[in-house]
Amino acid sequence: MTQTETTDQNDAAPGAEEINVAESGGGFRAYLIGYGLALLLTAASFYAAQSDFIYAPAIISALVVLAIAQMGVHLVFFLHITTGPDNTNNVIALAFGVMVVGLVVLGSIWIMGHLHENTMPRENMTREEMLQMQR
Amino acid sequence: MSATTASGFPGHDPYRLGGSHGHGGHGHGHSATGHGEGGQASKLVTVAYGFWIFLLSDIIIFATFFAGYAVLSHETAGGPTGSELFDLNRVGIQTFLLLTSSFTCGLGSLATYRRDMAWTQIWLFATGLLGAAFLFLEVQEFVQMVEEGAGPSRSAFLSAFYAVVGCHGLHVSAGLLWLGTMMAQLFFKGFRPDIERRLLCFNLFWHALDIVWIAVFTIVYLLGANQ
Repeated sequence: MTQTETTDQNDAAPGAEEINVAESGGGFRAYLIGYGLALLLTAASFYAAQSDFIYAPAIISALVVLAIAQMGVHLVFFLHITTGPDNTNNVIALAFGVMVVGLVVLGSIWIMGHLHENTMPRENMTREEMLQMQR
Repeated sequence: MSATTASGFPGHDPYRLGGSHGHGGHGHGHSATGHGEGGQASKLVTVAYGFWIFLLSDIIIFATFFAGYAVLSHETAGGPTGSELFDLNRVGIQTFLLLTSSFTCGLGSLATYRRDMAWTQIWLFATGLLGAAFLFLEVQEFVQMVEEGAGPSRSAFLSAFYAVVGCHGLHVSAGLLWLGTMMAQLFFKGFRPDIERRLLCFNLFWHALDIVWIAVFTIVYLLGANQ
């Protein structure tokens, strides 16, 4: 590969190896690094969930952080998403996808959580709440 | 036409103002100068980009299932909860199998880049075996749970569980069919440009399935077993 090809300004296909193998840590090494990091993060997730190493109420946050980190590892080392100019379109599409996923998941949890609280079964209500409903 | 004659700076034309260098490979051969001019991207780039958009919308479908699961995971209707049902050892093995299959799939992609037929087939086959082992464990889990009376109709939690995990399992099954087809096509047709595009799309699909599985084992199993 000549220098000209690696500095071009065109689009790269997501997952294309020709970008990956030109990187200093690319090719087989990229997959090996990604595999190792993903194994470590997976092991950390399973350990954090099953031990009391992490303060119990914080386990959810720890697991979410570890999962997002591992997704990042997969995107960089397996799908070869980079910050390079040839990857701009891929990154923009990804950012839009992440935004919609965030809206759907967080929005559902938020709305349904409130709905759940406001449609509490009668036996859990206080007397005043009952009277308020009857008015 | 060559860059040397067009730009007048032989050997130095980083933004390829002189147009295409006429080198082999794909993705760069037909495009000219650097600022969005010079015609459309190569077919490999547009096909892979289109498939990337499909994968992102597929991930949005999964997100709706995850949202459903997150909302319903406490609604066990007096039935078994996640911490009673889930066997995290099996989930750990499943995770290892799928992650390793993603790794072997990547090695297959590198072999494709080298135009190495034997290793491409070997790594694809390894990917398929690992994927099949993953599916076997998942089916085993479902059968075991249904036998324990924890089928999809037992509670809203279990309906959501079978929906999200089953949807991922269906994707893996479809991926295995695709993988078998690709191995046969590659064997009989060789590294033709269209076969290469399909292989790239398959690799993207398989890596995306592993990314979805990260969310499955975190949200469904690890958080579900913690409740």
